[in-house]
Amino acid sequence: MADTRIDVQVEHRHAPAPTEKKHPNTCPKCGSHYRDDELAAALYVCGHCGHHFPMPAHARIAWLADEGSFVEDATEVRSDDPLKFFDLRPYAERLAEAELNTGLGEAIVIGQASVDKHPVQLSVMDFSFMGGSMGGAVGEKFARACDAAAGRHVPLVSVTASGGARMQEGILSLMQLPKTVVAVEDLHDAGVPMITVMAHPTTAGVLASFASLGDVTIAEPGALIAFTGPRVVQQTTKEKLPDDFGLAEQNLRFGHLDAIVPRSEQRDYLSRLLRLFAR
Amino acid sequence: MSNLPLLRGAKVTGEADRLRDQLDRLSAEATDEDIWRSVELARHDDRPYTLDYIGRILEDWVELHGDRGRADDGALVTGIGRLDGRTVAVIGHQKGRDLKERLDRQFGMAYPEGYGKAMRIMDLADRFAFPLVSLVDTPGAYPGVAAEQHGQGGAIARSQARMARLFVPTVACVIGEGGSGGAVAIALSDRVLMQENAIYSVITPEGCAAILWRDAGEAKKAAAAFKPDALHCLELGVIDAIVPEPKGGAQEDHDAAAELLKAALVESLEELDEIAPRELRRLRRAKFRGMGVFA
Repeated sequence: MADTRIDVQVEHRHAPAPTEKKHPNTCPKCGSHYRDDELAAALYVCGHCGHHFPMPAHARIAWLADEGSFVEDATEVRSDDPLKFFDLRPYAERLAEAELNTGLGEAIVIGQASVDKHPVQLSVMDFSFMGGSMGGAVGEKFARACDAAAGRHVPLVSVTASGGARMQEGILSLMQLPKTVVAVEDLHDAGVPMITVMAHPTTAGVLASFASLGDVTIAEPGALIAFTGPRVVQQTTKEKLPDDFGLAEQNLRFGHLDAIVPRSEQRDYLSRLLRLFAR
Repeated sequence: MSNLPLLRGAKVTGEADRLRDQLDRLSAEATDEDIWRSVELARHDDRPYTLDYIGRILEDWVELHGDRGRADDGALVTGIGRLDGRTVAVIGHQKGRDLKERLDRQFGMAYPEGYGKAMRIMDLADRFAFPLVSLVDTPGAYPGVAAEQHGQGGAIARSQARMARLFVPTVACVIGEGGSGGAVAIALSDRVLMQENAIYSVITPEGCAAILWRDAGEAKKAAAAFKPDALHCLELGVIDAIVPEPKGGAQEDHDAAAELLKAALVESLEELDEIAPRELRRLRRAKFRGMGVFA
């Protein structure tokens, strides 16, 4: 036959809507699928296309910190429910569920550790705990990490992954912006550096506070780094978005980042920086 | 709740008593309707904006334009003027009155350049020991492609950081909408006030409803749940005092509203005058470090 081709698309009126939600271990970029242990062994990076999956806080700490060096601080700090907030479900129930599903007390893990023998204070966020959102407990733990870094006079390495402030705590979650900013200012006054690693996603309230204040700021490839995410920008302004809107690559081009560093290279990168800051 | 602290602006007779009555009534039954009424009044088309107040409160106002880098953002006005006999620096969001001005000023939603301009004025205030007055009235920082490319998140973070470093007295008042990061960017102040019918929130009621209820039409429910009204903000320790408005709201009488606001600003600055610069900064940081709850 000649080069005539007929595309036939049959629309079933009662066909189930295509599910957008893919399995968490399926790469959203290339569709490769991994077992849990495969993904963990590969630092949660797609071996096929290099896509960086979200990384659990403790897995990240195990990767960045020297073996056995991490001592967690402030494990007892939990969120409170100041507004007795209730949307479709009570906030208290969402918190309990997040703790059960993630095994974490909150969306941030802090503690002391060493990275390639350089003593540091670590603050690592985990997106799987209510989207890494920042409420009073996250703000408090980050501030304590700043205090501990200043007290021990060791650099603070802060890994961010957050959708923003935790709406369920209302205006008090917005107040975590100034709270964490003030903590970083105290840290800077103590002459202690902060190195920020932005993971996917670092957005809204966390980007508009402590995440943006690193002395050196790097990001993971493909991470969304935006104050307002693409969906909301599109809906509000009807603007046509560039393909790499809000991604780490665009942020680097516009001067908001020092570097994009793949996960596998971050330990070496941090080690080199820490050596330089130690003079 | 009847013995609420620090109702400033009490110099103007009558209004404070009226506000106290109203607070008593609210505390008895702070209904969803009451909260939604605040949302509507805070956004009222006739509500006085920053420049309306500046014209009534300050003498010798000189507006200063531009961030010295890229642009002059009309959504955030800055300048210096005399308040009660002394020079102060002022930063304030400015919505527009008619459609053209609204578009020119992006409905009071600032770009990173706006916060850059604000930081320039903060530095100026610090250099010459002018107290800094912030008037907050924004739905939020501008959500657009260029705003993101120019670093909206970083600008908001650095604006707060700059305020945390100042050695001069700083007072902020939410005079309409205190919308999220775009608002707090200029409100890391020694004293934070709110007008009676202003709102201060982490997200707009519509935005919250769209995310948590998956329906922007549930804005009233969302507002009732996250309580952005002045009374709740005072209760939660987010603000230091409520500034009364004329009967029916600030939109009813701009002159009276300005008089009440001026009294509150002057009184707050007088209190801060007594504190040494280093101590002032230490106290400011300590205050924000204490915000939020956890178990």
